[in-house]
Amino acid sequence: MTAAVTFRSVSRHFGAVKAVDSVDLEIAEGEFFAMLGPSGSGKTTCLRLIAGFEQPDGGEISILGQSANGVPPWKRHVNTVFQDYALFPHMTILDNVAYGLMVRGVDKAARHRAAEEALELVKLGGYGARRTGQLSGGQRQRVALARALVNKPSVLLLDEPLGALDLKLREAMQEELKGLQKRLGITFVLVTHDQGEALSMADRVAVFNEGRIVQSGAPEDIYNRPKTRFVADFVGSSNILSPSLSESLSGDRRWTSLRPEAFTVDPGNGRLSLTGTIEASSFMGAVRRIALKVADTTIHANLPAGEPLPAEGTSLTLHFAPEALNPLEDAA
Amino acid sequence: MTASVSPTNSAPDSLASRLSAALWRSPRLLLLLLLAPPLLWLGVVYVGSLAALLAQSFFSFDDFTAQVTYELTLSTYAELLSPANFDIIKRTVTMAALVTIASAILAFPIAYYAARYAKGRWKAFFYLGVMLPLWSSYLVKIYAWKMILSKEGIISWAADGLHLGWLLDAWLSLPVVGGNSLSVSATGTFLVFVYIWLPYMILPIQASLERVPSNLIEASYDLGGGPGKTFRHVLLPLAMPGVAAGSIFTFSLTLGDYIIPGIIGTSRLFIGQAVYTQQGTAGNIPLAAAFSVVPVVIMAFYLWGAKKQGAFDAL
Repeated sequence: MTAAVTFRSVSRHFGAVKAVDSVDLEIAEGEFFAMLGPSGSGKTTCLRLIAGFEQPDGGEISILGQSANGVPPWKRHVNTVFQDYALFPHMTILDNVAYGLMVRGVDKAARHRAAEEALELVKLGGYGARRTGQLSGGQRQRVALARALVNKPSVLLLDEPLGALDLKLREAMQEELKGLQKRLGITFVLVTHDQGEALSMADRVAVFNEGRIVQSGAPEDIYNRPKTRFVADFVGSSNILSPSLSESLSGDRRWTSLRPEAFTVDPGNGRLSLTGTIEASSFMGAVRRIALKVADTTIHANLPAGEPLPAEGTSLTLHFAPEALNPLEDAA
Repeated sequence: MTASVSPTNSAPDSLASRLSAALWRSPRLLLLLLLAPPLLWLGVVYVGSLAALLAQSFFSFDDFTAQVTYELTLSTYAELLSPANFDIIKRTVTMAALVTIASAILAFPIAYYAARYAKGRWKAFFYLGVMLPLWSSYLVKIYAWKMILSKEGIISWAADGLHLGWLLDAWLSLPVVGGNSLSVSATGTFLVFVYIWLPYMILPIQASLERVPSNLIEASYDLGGGPGKTFRHVLLPLAMPGVAAGSIFTFSLTLGDYIIPGIIGTSRLFIGQAVYTQQGTAGNIPLAAAFSVVPVVIMAFYLWGAKKQGAFDAL
């Protein structure tokens, strides 16, 4: 099977800034792939390289096995859902959705029928006659999705598609997007800075930092087995333990990470422990978040909210399984 | 802190401060005071003189006594529609339309470059380049063009040098657009009009293009629309208000101008020149007034159409 998108040491520099720095990447056909990273990490530039809005300064990009270097965006079988939707304000919703078919010369009746079907797919059947200004943010988002999907692209690119939506809508759209991707079998490439979004939707996640992919793999691997301090901190905010603290726990002198939810108050069997002073304790709904001062490090722990706990300022010992201590590759 | 905070400013109540406080409390009074002078100016001097002009056009002129007859009549308008006078109107409107179309075609790429690509220093250079001609004297520019377009001018010289003199001569031998040299042909008038009014077309188009988000262009590319289709279906419709706004300037300025066709071009009159000669040497104020009503009426229809295009949103 050919890969949907392949990058071979692709670089894109803007002056002295290495937006994308020798990235290798392979996205399988039919996969939901997420590019996760903070702003300025190069994930959006990667997306724009796939779309064809940017050309690489070095390396080779291929889409469905064919070299895409020098191919303009309008000749790529790739469509984008833009961050702020980029709907055409001078057209109706139906004409917006039918645009891709119109420029390809599909006749009016056929393209309007296809556009109406695409609108039904995103649950906006019957909205075709409206103007973009008459829709809410969530509806515009769906129109942008329908406008891209109507062209039956090989790869659908989504640039922070849920960024402008409120929390409830965002969660609903996450499930919907994932369902849509499974049903249509189209390769989705999602760019996001929201680790929850990437982990919940994608089959595979690539974490970007400073123009490079620092780790890629299944969401579970990224979350449970971060390879570097950056990934551990960025994805789910792990505790980062210094080499000396790790050594005192496991005897191994290296950087390690520890998830906040790995801790229990119950000592259990063969578990490691950390003792410190409770600096802060905040109720978060399902969990209570504890900040524990251990020597000169602050450790965060998420404990079940119902558990009785000593007061702030007093001492507490927390326990965790030895395998929860995740070794990092950073030089000690 | 030892000083207690007083609820009001403790500065002494001078007359000025009491006045400003009173005006702050009644913003309508302030607005009225500010607007009274310009409203008087606009209402009396500007609209009033226009009304007087309109009234004049309903009087008639007695050719024998060379006096204006102060009786309401439509005979002056009948005279306006006589073949000789109607030709002047047709000539002027055609010229204004051609100048507008040519300006739009020339201005679009310049405005597009300025809106999409020019940054920092180049943007300043663009504004300077477009505005600078507006700051120098109109007459100086026209006389400069007379030299450029004359038989001994740089255009003839360049055409000869490129062995294209025959092409220029062939063009000048054509009826209507031709003449003895470019400076005494309708083509010359057209060229100078386009040169003089071009900035008024560039600036509104540039303003409207600035407002087209660049991701709409990318969205069109992404959906398979190449540059040509993107221009036709996205860029041009969104820039149309700017083109319409610019055309208001080029069209109306050409309709009313009487200096350019007087200096460069044939002896055939334009509306502005007709007004000038009728009210000056002939003393035929009613006909001059009727002539000047023509651009007003044409522009009223033009603005009505432009408003429907959304041109005023781009000003």
